[in-house]
Formats: sequence, C-alpha cells, structure tokens
Amino acid sequence: MGMGPAFGPGPFLVMRLKLKRDALLSIAIVFPSALAILIFVYGFIGFTAYVSFSNWNRLVPDYTFVGHANYLRLFQNPRFLITLRNLGVFTGLFVGGSLILGFLLAVLLDRRIKAEGLFRTIYLYPLALSFIVTGVVWRWLLNPGSPQMGSTGINRLLEAMGLGFLKTGWYTDPRIGIIAVAIAAIWQMSGYVMAMYLAGLRGIPEELREAARVDGATELQIYRFVVLPMLRPITFGALIVLGHISLKIYDLVVAMTGPGPGYSCDVPAYFMWELTFRANRFAQGAGIAVILLAIVSLLIVPYLRYSLRREVEA
Amino acid sequence: MKIRPLRLLLYLLLIGFAAYYLMPVYVLVATSLKSFAEVNLYRMWDPPRTFSLESFRRALFGGMGYQGLASNILNSVIMVIPATVISAALGSLNGYIFARWQFRGANTIFTLALFGMFIPYQSVLIPLVQTLRAIGLYGTIPGLILTHVIYGIPITTLIFRNYYATVPKELVEAARIDGAGLLGVYRRIMLPLSLPGFAVVLIWQFTSIWNDFLFAVTVAQNPAVQPATVALNNLAGSFIVEWNVQMAGALLAALPTLLVYVFLGRYFMRGLLAGSLKG
Repeated sequence: MGMGPAFGPGPFLVMRLKLKRDALLSIAIVFPSALAILIFVYGFIGFTAYVSFSNWNRLVPDYTFVGHANYLRLFQNPRFLITLRNLGVFTGLFVGGSLILGFLLAVLLDRRIKAEGLFRTIYLYPLALSFIVTGVVWRWLLNPGSPQMGSTGINRLLEAMGLGFLKTGWYTDPRIGIIAVAIAAIWQMSGYVMAMYLAGLRGIPEELREAARVDGATELQIYRFVVLPMLRPITFGALIVLGHISLKIYDLVVAMTGPGPGYSCDVPAYFMWELTFRANRFAQGAGIAVILLAIVSLLIVPYLRYSLRREVEA
Repeated sequence: MKIRPLRLLLYLLLIGFAAYYLMPVYVLVATSLKSFAEVNLYRMWDPPRTFSLESFRRALFGGMGYQGLASNILNSVIMVIPATVISAALGSLNGYIFARWQFRGANTIFTLALFGMFIPYQSVLIPLVQTLRAIGLYGTIPGLILTHVIYGIPITTLIFRNYYATVPKELVEAARIDGAGLLGVYRRIMLPLSLPGFAVVLIWQFTSIWNDFLFAVTVAQNPAVQPATVALNNLAGSFIVEWNVQMAGALLAALPTLLVYVFLGRYFMRGLLAGSLKG
C-alpha cells in the first residue's frame, strides 16, 4: 500500500475498512459449511434422540412421546445385551491387539532394515481396502471347514504347519465368534499403528538413547524408560482413532459374519441397522444410535477439549 | 564376515509378518485366477494350475442368475469424483479461514465441527434418509455425493487448516502489506502452495468415499445406483455366485484404492497422520 493522500481517508482507515470487509467475508465463507454441520450433525443427532423417545416402531412415523420406554425395551432385549458385551470384547481385543502388533512392527522396522520401505508398504496396504473386501476375504480364511470333509482356510494352514491343536470353529463357534471378527480387524488396522509409532520413534533423538546406553541401561530398559514415555502422545492418538473405529464397527460384521450363531458376532451398530431399516423399529434403532453416540462421546469429547486447550495455550 | 544370528532372526520375523499381511491377497489372486473346475475350498492354498480370467469377466458382467459389478464400479466412479473434488474445494477454503483469519468463536466452531468427524453415523441415519427423501435425493447418486461432501467437511477442513498453518506468517504479512485482502492472500499465496495439501485431501476422501458402505447401503438400496461396496457385499453373500467370482469381484472393487495407495502412498500416509488430529 502506497502513501495515502494527506487528507481524506488515510491508509489506516482504508486498512481497517478492508479488515472489516475481510472479517465479514471470512464468516461468509465458513457459514455454509458451519450451517451444514449444524443441521446434518447436531440437528440430526437431536432428531434421532427425539425419535428414540417416540413411539415410531413401525413403518409410518408416530412421534407420540413414550419416555424412556424404548431404552427400557432395549436393555431387556438379550440380543442387545449380547451386542454390548461383544462390543466390549471386540474393542479390547482390537485396540489392544493393534497397539501391540503395531508397536512391535515399528520397533522391528526401526532397526536400520534393508528394504524398509517394502516392508512398510506390505504392513500398511490393508488400510487402503474397505472393510467389505476385508470381510469377504477373511470369511473364507476363517471358514473352519468340517470334521467330515476336512479343514479349510487358516485351519488347513495350521494343520500343515503342525499347529493343528490351534484349530477352532472361528466365527462359527458361538463362544469365540467376535474374536474372529477382531482378528480380521487387527489385520486391517495394525499397519496404521505401526506407521504412527514409526514416525514417533524417528522423532526421538538418538542422543537420548545413547545417553541411556552410556548410563548402562539395557535395550529393554531404554524402551521401557526412554522410548515408551516419549511415545505416549502417539499411543493416546492411536487409542482415540482405533477406539472410535471399534465402537462404530459395522461393515466388517456385515461382510464377514452377519450376527453369527447365537448373535456371537453381533454388534450394536449392526443391530441398529437391522432394527431400523429391516424391522422398521425406528425408535428402538434410534435408541441404540444414541447409546452408541454416548459411548463414543465419552472417548472423543475429553480428547477434543484437550486438543482445543492445548492449541489455545500454544 | 561375522554371522549375526539376531539380525537373521529380525529379518525372519519381518518376512513372517509380511507373509501374514499378504496371505489374504494371495488367496484373492490365486482363487480369482482359477477356473471354476479348479476351485475347491479344501485346496484354497494351492496355486492355480491353469490361468483363467473367466472369473473376472463374470465378476464384471455377471453370470448365471447374478449381475456383475461393472455398472456398480461405474456408479462408484460417478459418485467419488465430484464428492472428492467438492470436499477438497470446501476444505481448502474453510481450512484457510480457520488457519489464518481468526474471527471470534472460530476455535469453538472448529472444535464443534471436528466432533462431526468422530460420531457414529448411525446417529444421523434416520433423519438423513427423511431429509434426502424430502429433497428428492434419496436413492440417488447425487444424494450420496451430498452426504459424503457434508460429512467430509470436518476432516478436509482439519487437514487444510493444519497444512495452511505451516505457511510462513511473513509470506502472508508481505502480501497484506502489498494490499492483498482475504481472497487475494488465498489466491496469490495459499492456492499456489496448496498442491500437496490437495493431494492429501483428495486421496483421503477418494479412499474413504470409495470404501464407504454404511451411507451407500442406507441411501442407495436400489441396485441401479448401488456403489461397488454394496454390490460386492451382495455378490459375496449370494450362494449361487462361484467362489472364484467372489474373489475376483473383491479384487476389482479394491483395485482403485490399492493403486492409489501403491502409487501415492506418501500422501496417503500424511492423510492418515492428519486423521489422528496431529497438527
């Protein structure tokens, strides 16, 4: 901006007018998106909650208020309780398994490996697939076969490796059905954890480990007391990402197992869809959706508040 | 040279894990190359003895009593391209505002929007179906595009905001002293620097929209508009479809995102790390 004229609107006034115009413009740019989120996220959640307190349990909407009757019915429904239990087991196995396997892979890869890029690519590619493709393939891999006709899939592989005692019915076994789903999910997501940890490990200065070595620490102690504490933010981030994927798990169950024998592979998100769009019990389906949202919020809201606070401080 | 057993063990472990991750791909490829006569569940680990592309033909164009995936893959393409491009454009503008033009309450609005990235979409499905019905977009590809664009706003805004925050302040200040306003700074400074940001967001949105199943199965139940994921699930769930055709179908449905991953893996990774809020 050149020197303004000595009289009339000075350069500062022009700049302030511009700033004011820009402030309006910036709000105008964000407004459509903000409005869309307001309606499609918050408005829709509000409406779903409203439906969950209504009597809409057949095809035609019926918004008569029935209080918490739908929630009561859900918690009296054995299938719903099974899905909640399965979700707990699945989340524990999937999150825990992915974290452990991902960390192990990252540590192995961090040892100046030849062809590191190739290994990384192989460990990570399942992430590019949809849960549907994963489910379709793993349904065949974990198809146990039958005692009469012989084993198939992984069971056959286990037999060939002399590990026949590890054979199980996988998702056809009502006791462990959900574990089979978790195995496929770990296969898909552990590479992601590996990538995050590897980035974290690369960020730890070599001098730190060297200093610990000089002090006589063993490699194991270095990981326990130097590396792991420094990776805590990454563990935290991975926990959030894996956690919310886990709580929402749906497609994998659809493609791989369906509800399974005795609902042993069933999860709330799957039950919600069936209740709502197959059985037309919209109010009960909405109830499951609200419960799912509440569970996910327990994980996400503290995380978002923490992130926001950290940024304001920065 | 000294033999280092630990080193050997390390490589054996790495190769063992690689085999574990590649095992499903082996079954996919081996089975889809087998002819129907050769497909046998009890010999699924055997490599194909003949080389047949018949299963791919059927997976694309259908066989006895079932439809192929060709038209569904086309549906996915028609859906994913506009949805991805619009998402990226919106994300870029929003991200720029949130990174550089802090108005009052911007942080709160941003955080509230981010929440939309994590919600289980089950909690919006019922009103979404009703709304799309009311505006005549239920059961259509434009309806799916609208859905993906709106629910993509949080992640695309986040990635661009974090990206634009790395642009040096001095560049922006210099442009403003030269008289550039909000749009001028965007056009002259931000947009020319945006290519990597766009690559990350385009790849991220392409992959997640292509792979989406929940919105697709809820909004587009009509076979004529079904994207590939829904059609693949139907194909694989059908008892009359041969196993080699199912595997070929899965491979075909996975191919676009796999190719993106193999050739543009670097940007794919950045999207991933951004997806965990790491700024």
